[in-house]
Amino acid sequence: MIEGIIITGLLSGGVYALLAVGFSLIFGSARIINLAHTAFYMMAAYLIFTFASLLGLNLLLSVILSIVAVTIIGVLTYNLVIDRVRGHETTALIVTLALAIIIQEVMLTPWTFGGHFLRVPSLVSGYTTILGIRITYQYILTFGMVLIILLGTWALLMKTKLGIAIRSTAQDREVANLMGINVARTGMITMAISVALAAVAGALVAPLAILSPHMWMHPLVMVMAIVVLGGLGSIKGSLVGAFILGFSETLVVFLVPSGAFLKGAVALAIMLAVIMIRPEGLFGVAFEEER
Amino acid sequence: MSIISAYIGRVYKGLRGEILVLPSRTIVLLFCLTLLLLPLITAHPYYLGILFMASIFAILAASWDLLSGYTGQMNFGHALFFGVAAYTAALLNLHFGLAPWLTIPLGALAAVLAGLVIGVPCLRLRGTYLALATLAFPLILIAVVLAIPNITGGELGVSGIDPLSGSRTIDYYIAVTLMIGLGFVMWKITASKTGIIFHAIREDEVAARASGVNTTRYKLLAFCLSGLFAGIAGGLYVHYMKVAGPSTLELLLSFQVVIWAIFGGIATIYGPIAGVFIIYIPYTTIMSSLPVVSEIRMLLVAIIIVLVMLFMPEGLTTWVRDKIEKVCPRCKMRNIATRKSCRVCTADLG
Repeated sequence: MIEGIIITGLLSGGVYALLAVGFSLIFGSARIINLAHTAFYMMAAYLIFTFASLLGLNLLLSVILSIVAVTIIGVLTYNLVIDRVRGHETTALIVTLALAIIIQEVMLTPWTFGGHFLRVPSLVSGYTTILGIRITYQYILTFGMVLIILLGTWALLMKTKLGIAIRSTAQDREVANLMGINVARTGMITMAISVALAAVAGALVAPLAILSPHMWMHPLVMVMAIVVLGGLGSIKGSLVGAFILGFSETLVVFLVPSGAFLKGAVALAIMLAVIMIRPEGLFGVAFEEER
Repeated sequence: MSIISAYIGRVYKGLRGEILVLPSRTIVLLFCLTLLLLPLITAHPYYLGILFMASIFAILAASWDLLSGYTGQMNFGHALFFGVAAYTAALLNLHFGLAPWLTIPLGALAAVLAGLVIGVPCLRLRGTYLALATLAFPLILIAVVLAIPNITGGELGVSGIDPLSGSRTIDYYIAVTLMIGLGFVMWKITASKTGIIFHAIREDEVAARASGVNTTRYKLLAFCLSGLFAGIAGGLYVHYMKVAGPSTLELLLSFQVVIWAIFGGIATIYGPIAGVFIIYIPYTTIMSSLPVVSEIRMLLVAIIIVLVMLFMPEGLTTWVRDKIEKVCPRCKMRNIATRKSCRVCTADLG
């Protein structure tokens, strides 16, 4: 029981962390609430299915291909669609929502997948026993990848010039522009990183979950709750929030009867309780109103 | 006799001076007349049913606009008001046998209370935080609804509710007149001093507060008013569908409201109404009857929305209005685009 809670909690927290960090990044640097964020996650899972099961490619190759493809599609949508309506906050909102619906509906049409529930094979099979607990290699791989990628993202943001550009654009777009940072290009690169993180999350979840065209909705709600809980634009907050909500969801599912209905609600209630006390979230900065 | 003719003369003068001078108002008048006269042409229950639903959703979208479009308090959980009113009306009707004319106002009252409940904590939040926090309320309520199935009927919802009137045509007239009436009331609210304060809160809350406006009170007022109108829509929906299910609280409904309103053009009231009629009616009629199109109609609608928003980022009605009308630079009155001089102050329109 307890080991099940720890393993599942770590795993869902890790996947939420990947999604939330990406969501937070693009919100920070372009001030867009990208409602299509988890749709890219779903798209990656479907592309792996397409490459691996339909075209019969090597699984590892198809995972890499799908992450690359989703990143390219994400950057294209950013350049062609989202960036053009960025000035109008509400418009950007429904454009990203419409993009999410487009991705969902493309998966649903009778010529593509037609809403069937699909499965993707695991990259590795078998399991090991740690301290008497059975853990499949897929779980270890997933969690290891989550750790590596989160560390990589952190290093990118904190230690490289590009990371400084991204963070300064998030802090103050105009001043960043004045300091000679190519703000438009930084936004595009941030979008690429953000979508790539979502695609990696999708690739990691795909073997563990059943694919359905509606699988983006629940993670989207959770990701939004996480970034609010952790503080908008704060990477550390997203990480902490992801694990808090990932564990609370898992606890509800394991401990409460018919918890599957309630898991989202409990997570959202925690988020509400926290922002009632700290309106700027756990690690958010209480910034002055932007004018 | 002369009184009547004088009265008719006044109505005619008012019509010519206030409505026919502006193409946008003429369009609204024609739209209302078409809706009111439609049952004379066809009393087909299918078409009346679609227009009934469109009217309900138009009230809902306009009420979202009153809150989010005007005061800028972005509400991602607008289905909360709809669902609370729907369940209240359904349970009152089922257990206490109250008639629809009583359950709908009581449901709306419950939605006002819901507006207060979410409004008070949400007053501390701003912008994106507010939007994402409001999203949570209907989803939490859905979980509650599913957790107590002996009261709420769980997934199936509360069924066995009285119909609105019994006649499809009367139902239709109730919804359409309510939609037109409430739309007009909302438009009047937003054109009043309160509406100006709502605008001010959206544009610059700090400045509004500095000017002596109690912004907290006005934001709560906006939440309550929006809840009231959305609640009426929810009550009508329940008595038409004769079932109140969890779908009235769904995330998709909240998102749909936002899509309709922003597509139509926010902070206009008529924009969201137009948005509903322009998206919802083709979606349920033409697109669902064609063989291939019906499979991918949601995809097509989403693509159309993206394309329209790319070219008209302010929304459809705002774009059209700016094409057919122009604002007088001196007195800020609207004029038809073909005029050379302002109809009020005769300033040159250029």
